Amino acid sequence: MDDESRLDGNAAGGMLAEVFAFEMTTAEIVCAGCGTVAPVGTTIVYAHGMGTIVRCATCDTAVIRVAQVRGRYWLDLQGTRTLRIETS
Amino acid sequence: MAGTAVPRRLTWQLAEVAASNLETPETTSLVFDVPDWPGHLPGQHVDVRLTAEDGYQAQRSYSIASPPENPRLVLTVERVKDGEVSPFLLDELRVGDRLELRGPIGGYFTWEAARGGPLLLVAGGSGIVPLMAMIRHRFAASGDAPVRVLYSSRTFIDVIYRDELAYLTGLDSAVEVIHTLTRAQPADWQGYRRRIDKEMLAEVAWPPADRPHVFVCGPTPLVEGVAAALTELGHDPARVKTERFGPSGG
Repeated sequence: MDDESRLDGNAAGGMLAEVFAFEMTTAEIVCAGCGTVAPVGTTIVYAHGMGTIVRCATCDTAVIRVAQVRGRYWLDLQGTRTLRIETS
Repeated sequence: MAGTAVPRRLTWQLAEVAASNLETPETTSLVFDVPDWPGHLPGQHVDVRLTAEDGYQAQRSYSIASPPENPRLVLTVERVKDGEVSPFLLDELRVGDRLELRGPIGGYFTWEAARGGPLLLVAGGSGIVPLMAMIRHRFAASGDAPVRVLYSSRTFIDVIYRDELAYLTGLDSAVEVIHTLTRAQPADWQGYRRRIDKEMLAEVAWPPADRPHVFVCGPTPLVEGVAAALTELGHDPARVKTERFGPSGG
């Protein structure tokens, strides 16, 4: 993946807000690859065309993939063990 | 928005251009009237979406430059050469035009005066924009948090908000702005003349024992270099909040 499209979890805030009801950049994500717990805002994000990939900053596991394809969101959370979302 | 008990669904809305102010040769502040703007926190951003006649859409994120106290929303946009969105915003958009945006977005890279200080703000280029919202808010909310800003620009004319920063530091000695110019400097330049490094941060930053809130925004290499150097200097990584913007911005 080239560095040109490399952003961080803050940039995924809008895309994630399309799917989740809560503010997601402060949500803590537990990486299924290495167990690191980190706010989504600190992750590494690659945004390409219609899709966004959120990667663990420690081990590069793709923790969240979101894409919008023909009127559907495709949400792949294989790389996430747990999401801890603040409700207030 | 963080701290809101009932989440508000993020929707696209129309914003009307009320004014446009040139900040530097490559950056312009666009002032928008946004009906029913729900308010925001300093450090948050909006997504802007452009739709071509054939339906093609391009979307980018822009940091909010205005403090929550400002009734109008200000975005400061830097031209990205060959970009899809910024050349349109800077060259084509006129007062009275409307465009689609949604926000505010983000709760991680935010600061409110009530959280206090000291505050260390480190910026590269247009990375100053979300930090400027924090600085403006600090004054608008009559906060007293001590603030140090370390701001890296290529040359003197590339310094965004140069006059306003000088004015604000003149109002309150608890707010300091330290500039570094990496590419060229005026003959009488007194500031730093190199990229931000660990030695510079050691000179400028509050000591780790003061437990400053740190916000770093700029191109990815700057942000990662500064965050690593601050950790080496003994700052708690959990208090160092970062926001990278890629050169792909557009």
